[in-house]
Amino acid sequence: MVTHLVFWGLAVVAVLAGVAVFVVNSMARASYSLALSFIAVGLQLLLLQQLYVGVLVILMMVMEMAIMAVYMNMFMGMNPAMMSMNMVHGARHALPVSVGVFLLLAAGALFAPWPSRRGSPPADVTAALGMELMGPKMLAMAGVGVVMAATIVSGVVLAAHRTRYDRFGDDLRRPRPADPQPGGVGR
Amino acid sequence: MTVQTVLLVAAALISVGLYGTLSQQVVVMVMMGLELMLNGLILAVAGLWWFCAPDPSGQVLLLVILAAMTVEMAMGFAVATSLHRIRRSDLTDTATDLSG
Amino acid sequence: MADLPAVVSGGWAPVAAGLLGALAVAAALLDGALAGRAAGVRSGMGQPAGEVARLLRQRRRTTVAADRLLWRIGGAGLLGMALMIVTVVPLGRWTLFDLGVGVVWVNALDVLAWAFVWLTGWGANSAYALVGGYRFLAHGLAYELPLMFALVAPAVAASSLRVGEVAAAQQGLWFVVWMPVAFVVYCLGVVAIAVWGPFSPALGRDVAGGVTAELSGVDRLLFLAGRYALLAAGAAFAVPMFLGGGAGPLLPAWAWVLVKAAVLLAGLVWLRRRVPALRPDVFMEVGWLVLLPAVLLQDLLVAVVVIGG
Repeated sequence: MVTHLVFWGLAVVAVLAGVAVFVVNSMARASYSLALSFIAVGLQLLLLQQLYVGVLVILMMVMEMAIMAVYMNMFMGMNPAMMSMNMVHGARHALPVSVGVFLLLAAGALFAPWPSRRGSPPADVTAALGMELMGPKMLAMAGVGVVMAATIVSGVVLAAHRTRYDRFGDDLRRPRPADPQPGGVGR
Repeated sequence: MTVQTVLLVAAALISVGLYGTLSQQVVVMVMMGLELMLNGLILAVAGLWWFCAPDPSGQVLLLVILAAMTVEMAMGFAVATSLHRIRRSDLTDTATDLSG
Repeated sequence: MADLPAVVSGGWAPVAAGLLGALAVAAALLDGALAGRAAGVRSGMGQPAGEVARLLRQRRRTTVAADRLLWRIGGAGLLGMALMIVTVVPLGRWTLFDLGVGVVWVNALDVLAWAFVWLTGWGANSAYALVGGYRFLAHGLAYELPLMFALVAPAVAASSLRVGEVAAAQQGLWFVVWMPVAFVVYCLGVVAIAVWGPFSPALGRDVAGGVTAELSGVDRLLFLAGRYALLAAGAAFAVPMFLGGGAGPLLPAWAWVLVKAAVLLAGLVWLRRRVPALRPDVFMEVGWLVLLPAVLLQDLLVAVVVIGG
């Protein structure tokens, strides 16, 4: 009973915070309401016994939203005063489309003949996940690792505006890089 | 808390995210919409895992979704930074070069 | 293996909060005494009490177009974080919340500092406060990954993410002895989430107090109390992670936990006047080029020892 109440409470928080993202008039509020939505879903995962993934969602998303708020303010130059930031295009279509998608998905969720439970959860879900990742599903982990490395490289390439020639000179002979922001190690 | 109700909540999250993704003009807001959709997806996968087939391998899919979310965020921020640097703009409407 | 801590009912939560509060007050008194000694006055110990009384009576300062909701959340959040951290710290034979992923839980909570400190800087709608918030995030980018990998080392050595099992795994040898790098980086992380000592540029005098520039009255009191409480909670969490939990001669286990936490806390407080402030831009490179590889090597060493031994 308590589990059900907590679940529904968290569900309401998750969805309302999600709606708030596109309603509030402040970038900081938008990104932190998304963080709240993620926290609610992370806690629901705890109810579904996925302790590790649930806590991980909270960890990652709070961090990400802290960064998100910085980016939003950088690009949009806002202050905490509420200003209208209703910047939408095609809202006339977006609303019916998303309502339609919701009805479709909801109908599927409610009326599809879901199979009854097969198997039982492992005694220690987290340890089982670890054994799975380091055993039969090693390929998934290795694949994720490669994708992450590629993401780091391409992210830096896209976002950085200074190349190594700007830093070390045209012949790359400069002993110390000329950075606008001096670093901390050996300089 | 049954598989139906969990999926219903997930559907609501996905639809709200879809609305944001379709309607917002600012790149970072579009990313927030995408992330809300992934949020719903995480909940749906977790619910299906728990109520239908709670064997360990199903959780790996959740980690893959989390990884996808990280990639989405990193590349999104990189593209937004690049766009802002080159065009002094953060709107998707100024980056339609590839639209047919 | 020693027996694992038993879960006690939630009714004991106020006791845990009280112990955390006592540690935080002791830290504040010690800091006051050290400040007094540095300034050459006798009555340093009384200074924190006077400050509390002053802040309780002070009228709230208001700023134009502040985002009150986020501002208040940020100011009160640090204290909440500290309370949530101590729920998984076993006090000798008892624990409030025996979570299977306790170590990750603490990690997720310490990330909340990013949100709360920045929000406190943002909400006031003041340039200096926001500069402080950005300084904290810049520090965060540098300390967070080393901190995460520092928490990995004891978990790997104990083959468990359960805090009680990590403590129980140190019956022979405390983890601090053979993973000193992880311990030092962890302490650095605790100091950082408490915006303390070397990580205080976010509250720097050069930016009129930074994040706290516009905080006044009860809000300021909550924020400052939150910093001391975080320092205390971080020291308390180090006990099961690195300092052998309740292991020790003569005294009962719960007393040893408190003694170890208090000693580490005193060390962290004392550090404030001994270590220079770390500029965020300088520390960024230190974090990524020195701390992160060092702590990764530490993890590798621990993993090799665990597999081989």
